[in-house]
Amino acid sequence: MKILVCMKQVPQKDAPLKLNESGTWIREDVSYEVNEPDAYALEEALRQKEKHGGEVVVITSGPARAQQVLREALAKGADRAIHLEDAAFVGLDALNTARAFAAAIKDEQFDLIFTGLQSDDYGYAQTGVVLAELLGWPHATIIMQIEKNEGGIRVKRELEAGFFQFVDMPLPAVLTIQSGINKLRYATLIGIKQAKNKPLRKVSMSEVQSALSANLQTIERLYVPQKTKQTQFLEGPASEVAKKLVDKLRNEVRVL
Amino acid sequence: MATITALPTAKVPGGSFLIEGCPPESTFTPEDFTEQHNLIAQTAEEFVLNEIIPNIEKMEHKEPFLLRELVKKAGDLGLSAVDTPEAYGGLQMDKVTSAIIADRLARYAGFSATWGAHTCIGTLPIVYFGTEEQKKKYLPGLASGQMVGAYALSESSSASDALNCRARAELSPDGKHYILNGEKMWITNAGFADLFTVFAKVNGEKFTAFLIERSFPGFSIGAEEHKMGIRGSSTCPLILTDCKVPVENVLGEIGKGHHIAFNVLNVGRFKLGAGCVGSARYCIELSIAYAKQRKAFGKVIADFGLIREKLANMAVGIFTGEAMAYRTVGMMDAAIAGLGESYVTDMPAVRKVIDEYAIECSILKVWGSELVDFVVDEMVQIYGGYGFVEEYPAELAYRDSRVNRIFEGTNEINRLVITGFLLKRAMSGQLPLMPAIKKLMDEVLSGAAADDEGDDSFVEERKLVASAKKIGLFAAGIASQKYMQAIQDQQEIMAAIADMVIETYAMESAVLRAQKLAARNGEAESKLAIAMTRVYLAGAIERIESNARKVIAAVAEGDMLRTQMAVVRRLGKHEPFNTVGLRQDIAQRVIEAGKYVIA
Ligand SMILES: Cc1cc2nc3c(=O)[nH]c(=O)nc-3n(C[C@H](O)[C@H](O)[C@H](O)COP(=O)(O)OP(=O)(O)OC[C@H]3O[C@@H](n4cnc5c(N)ncnc54)[C@H](O)[C@@H]3O)c2cc1C
Ligand SMILES: Cc1cc2nc3c(=O)[nH]c(=O)nc-3n(C[C@H](O)[C@H](O)[C@H](O)COP(=O)(O)OP(=O)(O)OC[C@H]3O[C@@H](n4cnc5c(N)ncnc54)[C@H](O)[C@@H]3O)c2cc1C
Repeated sequence: MKILVCMKQVPQKDAPLKLNESGTWIREDVSYEVNEPDAYALEEALRQKEKHGGEVVVITSGPARAQQVLREALAKGADRAIHLEDAAFVGLDALNTARAFAAAIKDEQFDLIFTGLQSDDYGYAQTGVVLAELLGWPHATIIMQIEKNEGGIRVKRELEAGFFQFVDMPLPAVLTIQSGINKLRYATLIGIKQAKNKPLRKVSMSEVQSALSANLQTIERLYVPQKTKQTQFLEGPASEVAKKLVDKLRNEVRVL
Repeated sequence: MATITALPTAKVPGGSFLIEGCPPESTFTPEDFTEQHNLIAQTAEEFVLNEIIPNIEKMEHKEPFLLRELVKKAGDLGLSAVDTPEAYGGLQMDKVTSAIIADRLARYAGFSATWGAHTCIGTLPIVYFGTEEQKKKYLPGLASGQMVGAYALSESSSASDALNCRARAELSPDGKHYILNGEKMWITNAGFADLFTVFAKVNGEKFTAFLIERSFPGFSIGAEEHKMGIRGSSTCPLILTDCKVPVENVLGEIGKGHHIAFNVLNVGRFKLGAGCVGSARYCIELSIAYAKQRKAFGKVIADFGLIREKLANMAVGIFTGEAMAYRTVGMMDAAIAGLGESYVTDMPAVRKVIDEYAIECSILKVWGSELVDFVVDEMVQIYGGYGFVEEYPAELAYRDSRVNRIFEGTNEINRLVITGFLLKRAMSGQLPLMPAIKKLMDEVLSGAAADDEGDDSFVEERKLVASAKKIGLFAAGIASQKYMQAIQDQQEIMAAIADMVIETYAMESAVLRAQKLAARNGEAESKLAIAMTRVYLAGAIERIESNARKVIAAVAEGDMLRTQMAVVRRLGKHEPFNTVGLRQDIAQRVIEAGKYVIA
């Protein structure tokens, strides 16, 4: 199977974020990591390849720093990488990102495309689904398991309240992968060393520009929420606490 | 080499930092890590997080086979193959990578001591001194972690003084074996290692290294020591009773064992230094987290100036330690890269490069081990009563750090090495120290003005580094005039000089890193790094002056004493930094970030 994995570089989970000057996104100078569900998507792709043979290709968009996620993926066993390299890719909405990816892979023939379920930064959960639509392929979301069968694949989807759904799908297809579905492998040092010599194709903004249009979705303002809640502990014996509480509800909060 | 540092540097002679300026552009810093370095750091961190931290409790109680299994797992990832040539199953990467791994694995010393003994003193003797057959036979297993290595130099009656060992080796009548008798003490990994580099004297005279497999007849292991710290690691004596070692297992030349013993220790020392910085980085993270949630007097203790001061001092130490460690390995890599393709096969040449930086390696060992001891002590203090009990991590960190000042050469021995090597290099003309001292003396006597160049915002910092060098050279010059060669017997003076040398290296490394950062990201973005540098400089110059005064007071008297003290005062003159304010800023930032950061 030939599998494409879409991987995004996102700010590290515990990184303190600073807003940028225009207040529409965060400043660039934070530490980054691989978007969590994307890491599981890659792992799943590598396991499928180990079982059925084929090729794993990884793709990302973003400035030069984003190349780190591709190198990491190559070090873990991906065969080659595609980097849509431009800082402007960071500002694209899900539709335009999907269009850019579709344009960048127009000469390729994949059996499967994996994305993470959603990104840890924007959290749109749209790119994979939109990409399927653009390619005219079927898709399924929140995937926990993939089995190859005669006609294509059988996937396990996570529903709510502990329910799962099994779906048979033809190939090619797009799947958005849930976090935690497998055990991630390490990038070994030999893998890291070899990653340097694996092919990495760069795609510039101008090469895919014609496929894009104005963002349909834009972030107008980003702000840190004001802390408004205040907790007070009322102390003393229950009868006094009750009295104080009634007093507060009546005179301070005025709900009684 | 898989990763040659991206820096176009010429070889910098070891110890030359004392007399020459060093441009920031050619100094390697953690900000120069390549993509590959960062990925390797990440793998090491993930390994510690997933495999080591969850097993600490078990390792502390010496769960059988666990340690060995973890060494194997580390080996599977390639973490133990970095210094081994590709021809023997290794990865042969740069020394920066070696240091990064030592740094990142140091979170739990019980494991990192095990791994350090295995990959460093347990493996490198064969890498650097083994015959083709020995390398083929042992290195692939050691690099993969299939086989575990150990190094047995110390004996109960002589460890610092290891060349004076009692273990003996005699050639068997048929000339096929050496028969070894004696004991070895405190051998890391002994409980489960497969291969030991053991030092003994052939015919009681010729100090020689032997490769001994665990299964050789006459070889046995004594009981585990009950240790203050690094309890996760195995430390036992070895007993050699007519131990039969095939002659092919002599390592290096008969009577040349000291080359092996000392060369390998250099690598052990830089890795230990890097590891100490890594431990300190972990300790500050825990300390900040604790200080942010512990309340006293209606506030969290992270709000108190005295706690903030401790956190700031920790951060300053880590910044400086990283600068020193990576500057040193960067110099090694540049020198090794200078060997061209022959670095792959020409192990004697690579060895020479490492020996070249023996002074810097000892500096890292002493400075790093004292940094981490300072940090764990403050960590216990921040934890208050909880710092003293086993349920909290400060107690473990406190016990684990102490041994770093004892093994890989005690800090006393390393201080003597630093000054001793400098003098040796000076005498042999490898390092033009004497002309530098003479020039300085002339300058001082003629009262020549200070000579700072440049008009950027690091003038003051560079001036302090220049002053540090001058004060150190001045005091060393006076002492060596008085004692000449016999200075070797004046240990207190030798150590005071070493301390000035160490502080000078630390100061300069911090300044070079801050300068490089500022050049790259602008001064505004490098404010924190600059603050940390300034705090370090302020303390270090005082310590240097104090050591200089100690030396001078011991060697001069009367008018001469007064004149020389005045010179030190003049050389050390500087505008003071507001270190209270700077520490406040540093603390604020690390508390916000919840960990050590540089911006
Ligand atoms: C946990 C642990 C693991 C170890 N692992 C290993 C290992 O794997 N392999 C191995 O070979 N060894 C190992 N050692 C031994 C270690 O290297 C020695 O303990 C160390 O070198 C100190 O030697 P010593 O204990 O004999 O102390 P001594 O040499 O007796 O020193 C005692 C004190 O005297 C000082 N001193 C000694 N000589 C001088 C001098 N000339 N001038 C001034 N002061 C001096 C020392 O600095 C020290 O303060 C280990 C030790 C420990 C504790
Ligand atoms: C072995 C042992 C025996 C003990 N025995 C007894 C006993 O018999 N009886 C008893 O009553 N107690 C006893 N204690 C408790 C001991 O007195 C406390 O641990 C100690 O007073 C510190 O308090 P703490 O642990 O709450 O630390 P904290 O008060 O939480 O202090 C944590 C850190 O914050 C600092 N800090 C706190 N407040 C401020 C401030 N305002 N400004 C600046 N820094 C501040 C502290 O100096 C410390 O570094 C014992 C403790 C131990 C470990």
